[in-house]
Amino acid sequence: MVFKAIILVGGPSRGTRFRPLSLDVPKPLFPVAGHPIIWHHLEALSKVEELQEVLLVGFYEDKVLERFIEDSSRDFPQINIRYLREYQSLGTAGGLYHFRDEIQRGNPEQVFVLNADVACSLPLNEMIKFHNTHRGLCTILGTKVNREEANKFGCLVAKPDSREVYHYVEKPESFVSDLISCGIYLFDCAIFNEMKKAMYNKTNQVDQDQFQELDAKLRLEQDILRTLADARKLYVYETKDLWMQIKTAGSAVPANALYLAQYQKNNKDRLLKNEPDGPEIVGCVYKHPSAIIDPSAKIGPNVTIGNRVIIGKGVRIKDSIILDNAEIKNNGCILNSIIGWDSKVGHWTRVEGTPTSNHATSITQNGIKIQSIAILAKGVSVKDEIIIRNCIVLPHKELKTSCHNEILMFVFHFYSF
Amino acid sequence: MKALILVGGFGTRLRPLTLTLPKPLVEFCNKPMILHQIEGLVKAGVTDIVLAVNYRPEIMVDLLKNYEEKYKVKITFSVETEPLGTAGPLALAKEILAKDKSPFFVLNSDIICEFPFEQLRDFHGAHKNEGTIVVTKVNEPSKYGVIVNRRDSTLIERFVEKPAEFVSNKINAGIYIFTPDILDRIELKPTSIEKEIFPKMATDSQLHAFDLEGFWMDVGQPKDFLTGTVLYLSNLSKKQPQLLANSTIDNYVCGGNVLVDPTAKIGKDCRIGPNVTIGPNVIIGNGVRLQRCVILEGVRVKDFAWVKNSIIGWHSTLGRWTRLEGVSVLGDDVAVNDEIYVNGGCILPHKCIATNITEPQIIM
Repeated sequence: MVFKAIILVGGPSRGTRFRPLSLDVPKPLFPVAGHPIIWHHLEALSKVEELQEVLLVGFYEDKVLERFIEDSSRDFPQINIRYLREYQSLGTAGGLYHFRDEIQRGNPEQVFVLNADVACSLPLNEMIKFHNTHRGLCTILGTKVNREEANKFGCLVAKPDSREVYHYVEKPESFVSDLISCGIYLFDCAIFNEMKKAMYNKTNQVDQDQFQELDAKLRLEQDILRTLADARKLYVYETKDLWMQIKTAGSAVPANALYLAQYQKNNKDRLLKNEPDGPEIVGCVYKHPSAIIDPSAKIGPNVTIGNRVIIGKGVRIKDSIILDNAEIKNNGCILNSIIGWDSKVGHWTRVEGTPTSNHATSITQNGIKIQSIAILAKGVSVKDEIIIRNCIVLPHKELKTSCHNEILMFVFHFYSF
Repeated sequence: MKALILVGGFGTRLRPLTLTLPKPLVEFCNKPMILHQIEGLVKAGVTDIVLAVNYRPEIMVDLLKNYEEKYKVKITFSVETEPLGTAGPLALAKEILAKDKSPFFVLNSDIICEFPFEQLRDFHGAHKNEGTIVVTKVNEPSKYGVIVNRRDSTLIERFVEKPAEFVSNKINAGIYIFTPDILDRIELKPTSIEKEIFPKMATDSQLHAFDLEGFWMDVGQPKDFLTGTVLYLSNLSKKQPQLLANSTIDNYVCGGNVLVDPTAKIGKDCRIGPNVTIGPNVIIGNGVRLQRCVILEGVRVKDFAWVKNSIIGWHSTLGRWTRLEGVSVLGDDVAVNDEIYVNGGCILPHKCIATNITEPQIIM
């Protein structure tokens, strides 16, 4: 059996909710647990035997992904990685349909389709095993979530024993099911025939209804999966592992924790251990070898420290991502935060977010929705001894006074020409 | 000479500290409030002190017995069975205050300043009238009752409550000296000395104003307690700098005005000041930053904590990487867990704080 995989990476006009971090790096390449979000997809795919090729499909300019493809080809030499660029957004299924010949070249029998914006253990081999037991065209990875949160996702209703999906609805208003789609699919190549039909139906529909806006976008969820469910060709493989969607920038923090927990399970050597003369390490901590941490610091759980980061004396970091070249000066305290590339946090300064549940990254306080994770974008500098709590700080801002529950937008030098 | 200190009630404004100790015993700059006053009075020749209280805590009786011996002074509790205001307590203590012809001092127990009792005594002796009020200048007189002098005289002409237009910037500092004759004006019933007695004395040309030099503060509530600490320490740095930590010897001192009890221990890489008092047996860890705060006896501040504008009650513990600010006041034996942020928390004794307090609130 020969496989291919598609990772839907989207484009610059998508992922605006990932600002301010996506102002400096495209969301699929944002590092969690020390590697770009989609690197974790590649790692899971590298464990699938007879996987020929991984195609990244999206509408970023080629050069945006060039470096990533180079680096990950080195990390996963057994897989061929290429980028297929849509010149306009064609919808999640439209892109696949557009590149159908490219995808089917080499005659793969089955194709994985992975959305870039999810973090989970990706049990791909288990999906294959399950897929070969039923007569459907597609196996969808599903998971159970809290009833209250289910309507934020694509909801599935499946037969309890056969796992055949007979109802699929995207983001319903009322409660339909607590079993949801993880945005990870395994298709038989025959799916392209279904896409062709769906495309035909869609254009006909548009022709019939003059008042409906022409929409060439073919959406995987609404246009394909629904049809498959109606035709009883859709099956769900349910995972009990942690899963989450990476929508907002703040959700990178729980995603980071999720992948660090994966390391703990499968690649313990990637995590820092307590050494006699080293810093105090609590739980899962990933550190790039080039980063320097003072032995009097206390780090963890759920912390990733990027390239060439400097962590001073008596620093405390917990549930946070410290991006490349950042510096946390002596006695600083970083909790539930993302510290952007090249940012500097002063002595005794505290940057703090508020912990939330898995699928929420904002909290409500006095009826006002506020950001729960504190985020400093690239090149932000924070003065000594202040506190930045539940704030998002846009790139290159200089913070001189404490701030709570704000989005800090303006660059200081706007005012001094 | 004799003196009467108006202590009054439970000091509710200074809770949660006064849930543990009566207000006069709460340490201000490492010395019980009342001792600042007793020392000043003794120096001016006072041998009899009356404490006007409306309750009599045993702890205070015991402690003041020690002071009686140490300072060779007689201290009497005058207990009101009903609140008698600011004048009534004088009538209640008449027996002591009128036992001889010498004048007596009266002061509010919440006041902190450089008590000018000797000069006040001499000034009063020179004018030979019934009373002298110490007055201090304030920036915003419209918030207070102000005192207007007669032209070119120390005699007081009148009192104006919360003046809408500027008439004077002098206010009553809560410190007086009287000849026993004043007692003929006061009956044993609830009476305000400021509103009912002083205006008549002014009309009778029996009341003078004495200008206070230097700082003055009513430290009856936490915010003012901190401001009073700053004023007291600043004055100390001018008058008796040898009592303060010296930045050339102790490299943790930052910005001066740091008063540290000799039994306190301070870790390395700390930055302390300006305007900090550290009480006996306090232990400060490494990398701690303290400014404009009061650390009372037996407190433990663990490594890398940051404290500003706060009062830390006796034997409390601040965890590592805690941050306290916004006039937070911790009562006796409060524990704040590692990494907690407290902004404007008023925390009652023996509580353990395990979640952030981000907005000012009382933790019962």
